[in-house]
Amino acid sequence: MPVKGRIVRVSGPLVVAEGMSGAQMYEMVYVGEAGLIGEITRISGDKAYIQVYESTSGLRPGEPVEGTGGPLSVELGPGLLGTIFDGVQRPLPLIAEEVAKSQPKRRMFVERGIRVPPLPRDRKYHFRPATDHVKVGEKVEEGDIIGYVRETSLIEHKIMIPPGVRGKLVWLAPEGDYTIEDPVAVVERDGRKIEVKMYHKWPVRVPRPYKVKLDPVLPLITGIRIIDTFFPMAKGGTGAVPGGFGTGKTVTLHSLAQWSEARVVVYIGCGERGNEMTEVLERFPKSKDPWTGKPLMDRTILIANTSNMPVAAREASIYVGITLAEYYRDMGYDVLLVADSTSRWAEALREIAGRLEEMPAEEGYPSYLASRLAEFYERAGRVEALGRPPRTGSVTVVGAVSPPGGDFSEPVTSHTTRFIRVFWALDTKLAYSRHYPAINWIQSYSAYVDLVTPWWHENVDKRWREYRDEAMNILLRENELQEIVRLVGTEGLSEKDKLVLETARMLKDGFLKQNAFDPIDAFSTPQKQFALLKTIIDIHRKGEELIEKGRTAREIREALGRLYIDIVKAKFTVPNDRLEEIEAIRRKALEALEKLEQG
Amino acid sequence: MALGVREYTGIGEIKGPLLVVKGVSRVAYDEIVEVELPSGEKRRGRVLEVGMGYAVVQVFEGTTGISPVGTTIRFLGKPLEIPVSEDMLGRIFNGLGEPIDGGPPIVAEEKRDVNGAPLNPAERAYPEDFIQTGVSAIDGMNTLVRGQKLPIFSGSGLPHNKLAAQIARQATVRGEEEEFAVVFAAIGIKYDDFLFFKRFFEETGALGRVAMFVNLADEPAMIRLITPRAALTLAEYLAFERDMHVLVILTDMTNYAEALREISSAREEVPGRQGYPGYLYSDLASIYERAGRVKGRKGSITQMPILTMPNDDITHPIPDLTGYITEGQIVLSRELHNRGIYPPINVLMSLSRLMKEGIGPGKTREDHAEVSNQLYAAYSRGVELRSLAAIVGEESLSEVDRRYLRFADLFERRFLSQGERENRSIEETLDIAWEILSVLPEEELTNIKEETIRKYHPKYRRPKPTVS
Repeated sequence: MPVKGRIVRVSGPLVVAEGMSGAQMYEMVYVGEAGLIGEITRISGDKAYIQVYESTSGLRPGEPVEGTGGPLSVELGPGLLGTIFDGVQRPLPLIAEEVAKSQPKRRMFVERGIRVPPLPRDRKYHFRPATDHVKVGEKVEEGDIIGYVRETSLIEHKIMIPPGVRGKLVWLAPEGDYTIEDPVAVVERDGRKIEVKMYHKWPVRVPRPYKVKLDPVLPLITGIRIIDTFFPMAKGGTGAVPGGFGTGKTVTLHSLAQWSEARVVVYIGCGERGNEMTEVLERFPKSKDPWTGKPLMDRTILIANTSNMPVAAREASIYVGITLAEYYRDMGYDVLLVADSTSRWAEALREIAGRLEEMPAEEGYPSYLASRLAEFYERAGRVEALGRPPRTGSVTVVGAVSPPGGDFSEPVTSHTTRFIRVFWALDTKLAYSRHYPAINWIQSYSAYVDLVTPWWHENVDKRWREYRDEAMNILLRENELQEIVRLVGTEGLSEKDKLVLETARMLKDGFLKQNAFDPIDAFSTPQKQFALLKTIIDIHRKGEELIEKGRTAREIREALGRLYIDIVKAKFTVPNDRLEEIEAIRRKALEALEKLEQG
Repeated sequence: MALGVREYTGIGEIKGPLLVVKGVSRVAYDEIVEVELPSGEKRRGRVLEVGMGYAVVQVFEGTTGISPVGTTIRFLGKPLEIPVSEDMLGRIFNGLGEPIDGGPPIVAEEKRDVNGAPLNPAERAYPEDFIQTGVSAIDGMNTLVRGQKLPIFSGSGLPHNKLAAQIARQATVRGEEEEFAVVFAAIGIKYDDFLFFKRFFEETGALGRVAMFVNLADEPAMIRLITPRAALTLAEYLAFERDMHVLVILTDMTNYAEALREISSAREEVPGRQGYPGYLYSDLASIYERAGRVKGRKGSITQMPILTMPNDDITHPIPDLTGYITEGQIVLSRELHNRGIYPPINVLMSLSRLMKEGIGPGKTREDHAEVSNQLYAAYSRGVELRSLAAIVGEESLSEVDRRYLRFADLFERRFLSQGERENRSIEETLDIAWEILSVLPEEELTNIKEETIRKYHPKYRRPKPTVS
């Protein structure tokens, strides 16, 4: 029997209600006559402290609060892909339809107290039973795939026995069209029959179960050169993108969502700009997935709690997103979850904690900030899923961090670095000179380089690591040399060091800089990345030889002449399928240097 | 919330701008309040918190002179609303939206809650119409588009008002006759700043398409929290009901944030950075996000907030949080200003996030994106070399590096600098860019494609470049 209480206090997004004995921690409740959605975050005697996910303007003491008997949950089933939800999984297009019904003029605004089901109830999906490996009369367990639904052109949705259900399969629906409310299987246990539908509910704050966690040994190719070659992400890995405003966090995250090799992408716009979500909504249906040529929206789920939407729902949006990601992981897909920005989520925690008058730790953040961040990032991973047939899936988590004043020592950034393995530090200085992606190669790191090296050696070139490390060393050396140049100019440097400066410039212009909006440059295959890298490094090696023989860096640069332009522009003149042209440039350049050698 | 008016007289506590009213019942959060003093003077406020039997009320005009005895508090049973109408263009209002120009009262076509409601991201239309401001540094490198929110980050004494006025005067969308309607919110600014804008609108004959909401520096600070919201409520009506393209100028958002800090400390809230409340970000967002375009409507809201950075510090919470919400920023530089350059825009620190969708063939010109990238790369290199040259001397730089120095100078003198009334077309802007880029060796133009160079580089267009 759900509890019923009444409001005694309203302060911003926080509502206190009395008469709530029997309520559970994190139970979802409906607040006030308008039925606003909220969640209980503290219980004291018969009082419950509720964070409300919609604007509380107009609420008054005495209005009712009604429990739902369960925690905030999401619906998991076909119909998720291609949709944009708010922070508590209400589909935003349906909200607009609902608003338009009563106030057509206000259709463009998100009004309060609107209840719409997350998944469409009237839509029919074509269900195919998985008769190849489940049979009526046999035992089934949680995670077993009992059927398939083609959800979009890209994704076959696997209907699984929900967690917690096991027993004898006594009925399996024949192939046909069903709504998600129609049962598709019946499982019997201890004489009790359980209907299995195409969807089930799952509490967002509880990680979904799996069999075992695996090592993240496969790279998640993103097509972004500085990421794949220097600071690679692994499937099931965790990464953070910190950067001050204007450093290109959102562009980087959009590129990841657009180009990376993941099968499903969950994009959480958490406290960010409305237009950024609109951009994804307008662009993704038109853009093609570079891996399959199908519309990108067919593999994407958007969750939008923009900066002007209620702050408490911002806190929930992160959990809603990761739960959806885990669900597709359980089907055996590689999922990428992008959260922009985790700082806004942390600020939402801070705001609620402040209203609850909790003792603040650093900069007003609650003391449990670190443990919440840890719990969130720990839900990433490559796993062996429950059930039959055996399958692995992964959730890769990339979170943007928006440090105030670009200061990485602030609490959210510094705590985040403890729980992630890849750090793509965005640099204001690079951004000011429009070096994009503005990922600083001195501050960034990836703990997955060793793990993914075998993949590169098997699939691209067995000298990958050697070339990558050499390029990295040139960049590091250049950074040291710049310190000297700043004091005494370039004249005092040895010829070898001058060559390092030249090569580093070539690496920056021809490899690291990448235009996310150029049709050719935006996405580089691993093969193209290696071809470009090899060209630059081979020239460098030849240059070193020449310097040994008494040539100068300037002579080398002049010998290359206009070939230099060809090299640094190859990234946007040579498409991924014509790599022989890069090889031709490399050969011509080496020949030119050969000539210089012969005098 | 239709509950009618309820009257109380029990004030329990007065603290800064806050009143704690005792013995109330059925008071709603965010409800609007009228406070009547024994003298008959009426002030307004709103409910910040309600509990059983008490309400915390923020009084807009301040609590000076209010006594717990003899004061009547009326709860009006609705949130703060202002009337909206097309007739408001050409009029001047106070910070709460009441006419102060001696004209007739506004006949409301509709009344609207000043807090507005968040725009549904699924109902927005992405901004992509190029606005030509006639200012090279903006059009060429930080393009403004219709429906964008692009603030000016300034410092005290810098010519942000002049620049905002120039943009308001010159802004046009090419191929369209229609001019922007301007909604202007003065938030705690000095009288002479207000006068500057008023005169400017009068002189340009624009007053008929301008609505001004004015809260001056000597007026109650709490009203500043309402002023931008009242202005945006009108802007939303004009844009989404009346199909107008509206340019909203909010100046100065620093004063707004300071008023917010004042109320937060009066409520004894846990402070975030530099004493500003932890919700400063969300609060600013509830203002800045009221910009954009929506599907199926012709109108748009383009926002240009102005803020002065305390001590010219861009990492101060106000510009910092603003930059995280707005779609870029135009940063003014004291150094350029002191060198006599107008507009003193620090292009390296400036950014327009919506630029890419607003430029290119059919919108501006096909070479726009590449030229802009090249200007950025070359100017930042030039500036870097300038500081190096100051240490090691220009003569120890290479020939190519010296050309970069020359480029940086030309960039500031030729491209950046322009007259206050000089209205450059985008073609003029891009042609100047090519002219100054041609002082660099051609192989340095690594951000521009070969065919673009062939088509637009002065070397291939004319026998000799004009700048050598």
